[in-house]
Amino acid sequence: MLNKKRGRESAEIDGSSLADIAFLLLIFFLVVTTIDVDTGIGLVLPPIPDDVEPPPVRERNLMNILVNAQGMVLINEQPAAVASVRERVKEFIDNNGADPNLSESPDDAIVSIKTDRRTPYNVYIDMLDEVMGAYAELRHQESMDRFGVPFSSLEQGSERRAEVQEAYPKKISIAEPDEG
Amino acid sequence: MPDVVFMLLIFFMVTTVLREVELQVQIDYADAENIEKIEQKRLVSYIYIGPERLGGNRVGETKVQIDDALVEDVNAIRNIMYDKLMEQPRLIVSLRVDEDSEFGIITDVQQELRHAGTLRINYSTRREI
Repeated sequence: MLNKKRGRESAEIDGSSLADIAFLLLIFFLVVTTIDVDTGIGLVLPPIPDDVEPPPVRERNLMNILVNAQGMVLINEQPAAVASVRERVKEFIDNNGADPNLSESPDDAIVSIKTDRRTPYNVYIDMLDEVMGAYAELRHQESMDRFGVPFSSLEQGSERRAEVQEAYPKKISIAEPDEG
Repeated sequence: MPDVVFMLLIFFMVTTVLREVELQVQIDYADAENIEKIEQKRLVSYIYIGPERLGGNRVGETKVQIDDALVEDVNAIRNIMYDKLMEQPRLIVSLRVDEDSEFGIITDVQQELRHAGTLRINYSTRREI
């Protein structure tokens, strides 16, 4: 009778070491984990042109931004400060035909970015950041007007988000680099 | 108590990406404000561009690294990326470029990417504080 009871008790697995093992593994994974979220500026490159001529674009619908080898930003051949790019791009896109030198509608507006072989990368990124910022502000404004909520709170892939994106499509063109 | 530990353990096991490539180039990311997150890491393929790491603290010329190897011939990128695109049609190419690079090499890489058909790219940047 006594023997039997003792036998049953010893059949239980001692669980205290389990926590130790789990802790060890936990510490291992804690050390090797790098939770780095990938962040960056997304862009879609233009495909290699076939022999088909690209559709003609009226000059007013095209905004040329050039970053030259000295890291200077030129908008339509006029030097401009990097910090002013955002306002200029916003004006250009959201013109809706008011100024004859700026775009006819946000849908027609194309921002063309050109670089030189010796353009410093960080200036290019700063400039691209400003252009993206212009689009982000316009979309935010549009979203507030239409739905009363910020653009960032519209769900990914939702109809409302698509509608706002449709109103201000990102038409950024990477110009063909010059030879040499 | 063991339950909690196990929960944490499973969380870290799931989030861990074990094999990060060994960088052979030096990269300091540029900063930007208007950035987006890439949620689906499965879709991402990285191209590292920066000065080559030599012994000690010295750095050499700007090189391109894909996966674990330096790519000496820029024209080879086309085939490498094309193969990757066949495996993953929704591929996003993340360009991790050192901020002091000149843009010429990036232009070359971009031209190769266009030839390969991998058009979705992402310039890796940190959030500006």
